[in-house]
Amino acid sequence: MTTANQSANLGALERYRNNFLKEVEANVEEGHMVKMCMQCGVCAGSCPFGPHWEHSPQKIFMMIRAGKRDEVLGSDSMFMCTSCYNCMVRCPRELPITHIMHGLANYAHRLGIAPKGQPTREFATLFWNNAIKKGRVNELTLTLRHYFRGGLVSGIKEAMAMQSIGLGLFLAKRLNPMEIFGGHGVKDLKGFHAIIAKAKEIEDRKKGFTA
Amino acid sequence: MTASIATNQTILVVGGGISGMTAALEAAECGKQVILVEKAPVLGGRTARLYRYFPKMCHPTCGLEINLRRLKQNRNVRLMTMTEVTAVSGSRGNYEVTLKVAPRFVNENCTACGKCAEAVSAEVPNPWNYGLDKMKAAYLPHNMAYPQRYVIDPSIVGTPEGEKAKAACPVGAVDLDMKEESVTLQVGAVIWATGWRPYDANKIQPYGYDRFPNVITSLEFERLADPQGPTGGKILRPGDGKEAKNIAFIQCAGSRDENHLRHCSRICCMASLKQTQYVREAYGDSGKSTIYYIDIRAIDRFEDFYQMVQKDATVSFVKSKVAKIVENTENGNPILHGVDTEGYHRYATEHDLVVLAVGMEPEITGVKLPDDIILDSSNFIEGSKDGGMFGAGSAASPLDVNRSVQSATAASLHAIQVIRKTASTEAA
Ligand SMILES: Cc1cc2nc3c(=O)[nH]c(=O)nc-3n(C[C@H](O)[C@H](O)[C@H](O)COP(=O)(O)OP(=O)(O)OC[C@H]3O[C@@H](n4cnc5c(N)ncnc54)[C@H](O)[C@@H]3O)c2cc1C
Ligand code: SF4
Ligand code: SF4
Ligand code: SF4
Ligand code: SF4
Repeated sequence: MTTANQSANLGALERYRNNFLKEVEANVEEGHMVKMCMQCGVCAGSCPFGPHWEHSPQKIFMMIRAGKRDEVLGSDSMFMCTSCYNCMVRCPRELPITHIMHGLANYAHRLGIAPKGQPTREFATLFWNNAIKKGRVNELTLTLRHYFRGGLVSGIKEAMAMQSIGLGLFLAKRLNPMEIFGGHGVKDLKGFHAIIAKAKEIEDRKKGFTA
Repeated sequence: MTASIATNQTILVVGGGISGMTAALEAAECGKQVILVEKAPVLGGRTARLYRYFPKMCHPTCGLEINLRRLKQNRNVRLMTMTEVTAVSGSRGNYEVTLKVAPRFVNENCTACGKCAEAVSAEVPNPWNYGLDKMKAAYLPHNMAYPQRYVIDPSIVGTPEGEKAKAACPVGAVDLDMKEESVTLQVGAVIWATGWRPYDANKIQPYGYDRFPNVITSLEFERLADPQGPTGGKILRPGDGKEAKNIAFIQCAGSRDENHLRHCSRICCMASLKQTQYVREAYGDSGKSTIYYIDIRAIDRFEDFYQMVQKDATVSFVKSKVAKIVENTENGNPILHGVDTEGYHRYATEHDLVVLAVGMEPEITGVKLPDDIILDSSNFIEGSKDGGMFGAGSAASPLDVNRSVQSATAASLHAIQVIRKTASTEAA
């Protein structure tokens, strides 16, 4: 956890003290729609995850209103959402459920209190860092990082298990082994990094992460 | 300005359900001239197709009978059945209305002896029972029909079946040469009492009304419970004709939903609470009703009724909007999937029959109305900009019978005021 995360988290705690709903409304994408939920249960019943996760959107929205800040921001459910949009098209109150779920995941991640070792969160971080480096995703290094995230032994096992797919990709010219030496980037890499830095600055300012 | 206001003292009431009949009679009993037009061959509207009325559980025929008696005693109402309004022009105090009268193929000499129906063998789906059974193509819509006059279905006109009906009639009442007519009238005020229709359950895709025979609507359930209905009052499910004893009611089927009807239809909670008592009436303690709901909205004094049903051990309540229905292909039972709000338990519950408490949508949805008419966001009629046309009953808002009658009485009073003002302007 970085200091910026920490102070943002403490700042938010101080500012919203007993009103987590207000905090969500101010900081989470589409958070202002959470209060529109009428707890009908259709999203929970329509999600393909069914019983396989702890907190359905319905439950998360109720927990937000009940002020269960730690439980919500520490939940791994938002990271599990596959963006199938089933819940969203069926919600009778037109809540942008999928967006709120991702917004919550993003907020928890930025505050540094999202669950550690959550695979989706880890992979997303890997993906982002990989893409930012050269302006394009280096599939080879991304996959390798992903396989070896749990150490050498499990990484070799996972890579072996996936080798036929890797070979297939290679034969189809979708995987270039030379990319291991850094790979090629976008044309104006400096400009690209400047754009990303600016975007981050704007977003941080909007979301109150300027510490 | 006097010249531009026509002398029209007549009130037009469109729709002959409980609201239209009430509006027409209230004005007529005040001495006003009324034309009552109804597109069906009979008066009564949707209520005549209910088995019993909440909250008193009386039979709808009772209220209908009283109104028909009032109608027969009054000379100020001119009734036109099988008639629809096709155009309205002009303004408050001076409207020109164009009506389309469909042919009944039976004239006023009919004595309702029923010989034409005996002679005919062709059958058509029975709209009275929402198409759950068939009826003869020469028919009287139902026992309480007013006017008591048979109808020949247009599908047999010009066929040997039509000729059979004509030959069977002892008083020469069958007239197969009748044509559609257009009539133009001058009226001073218009009351729209065009009522409601059930929301199309096929559109609620996850409930499978279009796919599963044992998923029906609350309207169809009224007909199943009625001794005059397609099953003679036995609650037999359409899939295989078996007795349905374990019945699920799904509330807000199409209502309170931005994807369907955005309003609360207001009567469907009470309708389902009432229908659980049909199950009790049919099966006593061995019947079982389960109501799946978001909130029970038994408005104001109906709370008593809700409490009465809550005490009934055969009725249980699950606070959850059902997410989807699948069919058990072995026995045809619908299986309801969802998550309840009191504990977030995931369920997959099997029932014999599912009744969708479908919402009420204005019957005029999709119908071209005069430009001057003001509709709310759900197409209920609020009135007209010129203040000469009014909505009444369930055309104006999703209302039960009691509130429809109140609304119709209010509309009638407004219409009388328009007529009076027109008259006094002319006198001046
Ligand atoms: C399942 C269910 C159960 C219900 N049970 C109860 C109950 O137990 N108690 C209770 O109080 N209420 C009950 N209701 C509500 C009740 O049905 C309505 O309150 C009632 O029908 C309203 O009457 P109305 O005259 O306004 O409309 P309607 O009954 O719909 O009558 C409208 C009439 O206008 C005619 N019409 C429509 N358009 C035109 C046109 N363009 N030109 C000419 N004529 C036209 C129609 O043919 C119809 O005859 C129930 C509703 C449902 C869905
Ligand atoms: S479907 Fe919509 S209204 Fe219903 S519980 Fe989910 S978010 Fe809330
Ligand atoms: S979008 Fe996410 S939360 Fe919604 S149904 Fe799909 S997986 Fe579940
Ligand atoms: S049309 Fe003729 S045969 Fe048919 S019911 Fe009327 S009087 Fe009888
Ligand atoms: S009356 Fe009840 S079932 Fe009908 S829409 Fe309202 S809440 Fe839903």
